[in-house]
Amino acid sequence: MLRFLLSRVSLVIPTFIGMTLLAFFLIRIVPGDPIETMAGERGIDATRHAALLKEYGLDRPVLVQYGIYIGRVLHGDLGKSMITQEPVMSEFLTLFPATIELAACAIVFALVIGIPAGMIAAVRRNSVFDHGVMGVSLTGYSMPIFWWGLLLILLFSVQLGWTPVSGRIAVRYDVDPVTGFLLIDSLLAGDTGALKSAASHLILPMIVLGTSPLAIIARMTRSAMLEVLGEDYIRTARAKGLSNLRVIALHAFRNALIPVITVIGLQVGVLFTGAILTETIFSWPGVGKWLIEAINRRDYPVLQGGLLMLGVMVMMVNLLVDVMYGIINPRIRRSAS
Amino acid sequence: MSTVVAPETFAAVAPPPSPLREFWGYFRKNHGAVAGLAIVVAVLLTAVFANVLAPYSPDLTNNAAFLQPPAWQEGGSWAYPLGTDAIGRDILSRLIFGARLSLLMGIAVVALSIVVGIILGLVAGFFRGLTEIFIMRLMDIILTLPSLLLAIVIVAILGPGIMNAMLAVAVVVLPHYVRLTRAAVITETSKDYVTAARANGAGLLRLMFNEVLPNCAAPLIVQASLGVSTAILDAAALGFLGLGAQPPASEWGTMLADAREFVLRAWWVVTFPGLMILITVLAFNLMGDGLRDALDPKLKR
Repeated sequence: MLRFLLSRVSLVIPTFIGMTLLAFFLIRIVPGDPIETMAGERGIDATRHAALLKEYGLDRPVLVQYGIYIGRVLHGDLGKSMITQEPVMSEFLTLFPATIELAACAIVFALVIGIPAGMIAAVRRNSVFDHGVMGVSLTGYSMPIFWWGLLLILLFSVQLGWTPVSGRIAVRYDVDPVTGFLLIDSLLAGDTGALKSAASHLILPMIVLGTSPLAIIARMTRSAMLEVLGEDYIRTARAKGLSNLRVIALHAFRNALIPVITVIGLQVGVLFTGAILTETIFSWPGVGKWLIEAINRRDYPVLQGGLLMLGVMVMMVNLLVDVMYGIINPRIRRSAS
Repeated sequence: MSTVVAPETFAAVAPPPSPLREFWGYFRKNHGAVAGLAIVVAVLLTAVFANVLAPYSPDLTNNAAFLQPPAWQEGGSWAYPLGTDAIGRDILSRLIFGARLSLLMGIAVVALSIVVGIILGLVAGFFRGLTEIFIMRLMDIILTLPSLLLAIVIVAILGPGIMNAMLAVAVVVLPHYVRLTRAAVITETSKDYVTAARANGAGLLRLMFNEVLPNCAAPLIVQASLGVSTAILDAAALGFLGLGAQPPASEWGTMLADAREFVLRAWWVVTFPGLMILITVLAFNLMGDGLRDALDPKLKR
């Protein structure tokens, strides 16, 4: 087990180094001189230019600069935002819970609907329900989610007035940030009004962000179930006289879950991508919106740090899924070590 | 003499169908795929004949008709069947011309990434060793980063615009083609016909492009068809974020970005461009699924 763990972790290291290289050099591809880019249209005089070059270490050889950069990254220092002068890391950590809360709710939404829908579609293969699920899921998979979000706002916020248009909670509530997750924080504070407000702000973004994973999970569950239902041990279980429900819920479902878990792990990147668009549409104060604002302000350190942090997050989740997979399935563990 | 089979009897046995015919036979059975193909052809024709089809120029503004609703709604007129936008441009005409940019971006992205992807995949598959490790690691990194985020960062650095957006999306989807090509090359190079070609003195380039590549084509075609839909979606997303095609270009994603502030009072400026994106992407996905089923030898029997 330890060898398996080590082999998986050692695979991550080159990817991490590659990511830092990418983040480091991307900023250096920006056309023009970085100091002049930072100064913007105001311009800058020669002495101040030289002083700033020295201050940012830009007068040293590139390899030395990269060495300094990676040293800082390993100490959790991602530089400072050029606009707010705040450390990028602390800005990221302040906003990240909002993104996680949204993404977690979205994936729960996708699972709660997608897995049963996929299962029923597989059991009732070629029924109207099956065709319906497959059609809806193909549509969900093809959906431009930025448009989907606008449509939902149009229907539920504008026409019906059920949900707020944007933000995370009504301004009149001030919840003590214990965990950073508003649903949990307002529960802890025992403030039902705040909880309701947070939930009503969350529901549309959750649906929008969950749509694509929902479509993928429903399709994956269906095809995994179909495969398992054709196996010999299912026939054996039926031959033993077990009830249909028992066969499906206990024998088939558990085995069909394995590929589904892999797909869930792969959704993390999809979720972060979707979060950028969803947060922009709903003015959700998370890292996605923060990054888009950084682009508009040409705040390169934020962009660089955000790219690296989100990349590391995806990498960690992939590693976790890999390891979990090895724990569930001993064959994978052995073949790896 | 009667025991001898006359030559005509042989001729009477139907010859095996040509590969194209056989493919069409499978493809035709999938109604969704045929519908997808029909829509793709329709959008393609719309894009090509936009000049003829569109009632107005996409940039023509009408000061007398700001945010005019579609014809069937009160206040609308058949002069503007789908209504007008905030500066009085005909939405229908902009959608028709938008098909050009969206399809162009989708197809150009796939063409660029498939060419570069095939070359990198062939190199990785043929040379193995350090070259392979380097290429595949780089692709792993691109795959690990959230795709749209990477595309956004690339555009942010190169500057917004159609060309840079296409380039960024092409980079993001590149790993799929590299991986597919490399995997196919590794399976193919161990086969006898490659050994035979090699023994015959075929050079490396000949082996790569004349012998191996045609045999890896099926998965690449499927991926390309599905890839167009991803490319259109991503390009539209970049346009929506203000990083792709720039106003006043009539591109569906950019039109949506312009329309965002009017979502509260003019549903039509928001609804139609997105619907076009959805229909086009759906059509490419349906077609891609059909292609996969028709080309996948495992499912054929």
